[in-house]
Amino acid sequence: MSKYEISQGKFAKYGKILLRYIAVSLFAIPFIIPFFWMVTTALKQSEQVFAIPVVWWPKPVEFSNFTKAWNSAPFSVFFKNSLIVTCTSVIGTVFASAFTAYGFARVRFPGRDLLFVFMLATMMIPADVTRIPLYLIFRRLGWINTLKPLIVPSLFGGAFYIFLLRQFFLTIPASLEEAAYIDGCSSFLIFWKIFLPLSKPGLLTVAVFSFLAHWNEFIGPLIYLNSEKKYTISIGLRYFLYEQGGYYNLLMAASTMALLPCLILFVFTQRFFIKGIILTGLKE
Amino acid sequence: MPKAYPTRERIAKVWYKYRLDGFIFILPWIIGTLAFQLGPMINSFILAFTRYDIITPAKFIGIENFKKIFSSDPLFYKSLWNTVYFVTGSVPISVIIGILVAVLLNQRIRGITIYRVLYYLPSVTAGVAVAIVWMSVYDVRYGLINNLLSKLGIQGPSWLGDPSWVMPSLIIMAVWGLIGQRYVIFLAGLQGIPEELYEAAEIDGASSWNKFVSITLPMLTPTIFFSLITGIISAFQSMFTTAYIITNGSGGPLNSAYIYVFHIYRNAYEYYHMGYACALAWILFLIVFILTFIQVKFSGWVHYGG
Repeated sequence: MSKYEISQGKFAKYGKILLRYIAVSLFAIPFIIPFFWMVTTALKQSEQVFAIPVVWWPKPVEFSNFTKAWNSAPFSVFFKNSLIVTCTSVIGTVFASAFTAYGFARVRFPGRDLLFVFMLATMMIPADVTRIPLYLIFRRLGWINTLKPLIVPSLFGGAFYIFLLRQFFLTIPASLEEAAYIDGCSSFLIFWKIFLPLSKPGLLTVAVFSFLAHWNEFIGPLIYLNSEKKYTISIGLRYFLYEQGGYYNLLMAASTMALLPCLILFVFTQRFFIKGIILTGLKE
Repeated sequence: MPKAYPTRERIAKVWYKYRLDGFIFILPWIIGTLAFQLGPMINSFILAFTRYDIITPAKFIGIENFKKIFSSDPLFYKSLWNTVYFVTGSVPISVIIGILVAVLLNQRIRGITIYRVLYYLPSVTAGVAVAIVWMSVYDVRYGLINNLLSKLGIQGPSWLGDPSWVMPSLIIMAVWGLIGQRYVIFLAGLQGIPEELYEAAEIDGASSWNKFVSITLPMLTPTIFFSLITGIISAFQSMFTTAYIITNGSGGPLNSAYIYVFHIYRNAYEYYHMGYACALAWILFLIVFILTFIQVKFSGWVHYGG
């Protein structure tokens, strides 16, 4: 091989890598640009929102839109309610799902595998089928316009989360618990002292999924909550949207604030999160 | 050697303990599924054969609800058609783009994790906030898309105002939000393809395209099939939030955003036709059930490696 050929090979190699970067970056634009649009619009003065041709970079940068939006609707109440619903639900879901998943993954009992298949089958039940009778029940219990209907069902775990954690528990070596059993540890203690600490990535994945689901939930709050004091962030945003109409900068500021918890949480946990989904290879 | 060698009694004792423990461990799920899934399922099935408006007691009316749905409810057909339109648009497109993105993100280049995070971002931001962002993006005069189009000399449509553009708009939003979930599954699929196959093809002088068509795609078939079916199942039940928000709860011009779940919602919680809404929900369940059955039954025909 001559010298010339080698350098040409090198050139082709770097060219190829450059092409890959260009491809992966260009293709990312449509997925990112709505966020760019959201943030820049949130920082524009009203005249710039309705300027033609469009203003890409806000000048001056109007940070006050955020305080303006925050003060023009009871957002502190909406956030507080969303936090209550989301945090209690997440803690309940993670704990109940892990507990159940441990039973399915590590404890032998008659009918276990059949029950597990049955549990997988329940994932197919559309929420729209069960929502109506649940609405009627919660109504009878006097839970309308309270946060309870949004929290209580998640305190018993979710089939998908149980499945995900079971897959996770199955990867933990059996030798650890065998030693503990021989020393006379109960299975509860083993679950608590061995499995929970070893499963942090799995538990975190479930926590993030469940956080996103509850934070973004719309139809539940829509049918159960009817006073501003009880609104969660999604219903609060809808209320704000219909009040504010076309003030896109304030709307985008409010949307940014509503999305921020999800984005931050995801960016900090993505290392475990994406791995967790790949592990089970299943999430719709 | 362990200290206590397991005797017959000890095994029996432990086994008994296991049994009891097992049921205690899965108790939360058993209670939850009885109270919030199976109980309501039965309840909803019974309600589907009644007329019930919450105020007066439920009245058994046989299959009247179903008769009415199929014979004299034009909105049933309209909403079902809208949903089928949405499903056939959003699912295949999101699967194709999902594969493309997965191939892009499967490259071994520095900093690829950052790109994986970027492409996943839309998937963590469902809900009202995103719908509002898209309303601004779609704005006829001041929106992002029409401004970009006008740069190319194209007069953009009234995305959310023109009945024939509402569904394409919804499909674009859905695809945008689905790519994260799709690519993750395909990425897992790609990483499961044995490296030797590509090496062998390279020795035979196959081009990148050849490799993609004759190795990557066939090896991904099970994943594609899985994605299509689960995608269809969930697409049948999704998009209510977006459809509701962008149309201010109206269903859009000429009911163009009025999807099936919207029809259930309106009958149940706006008209309080609880029995009728349950009947509608059971039809949805039947559709989902058939699709799941197809998946379980036919996932055998696709090519599994090894």
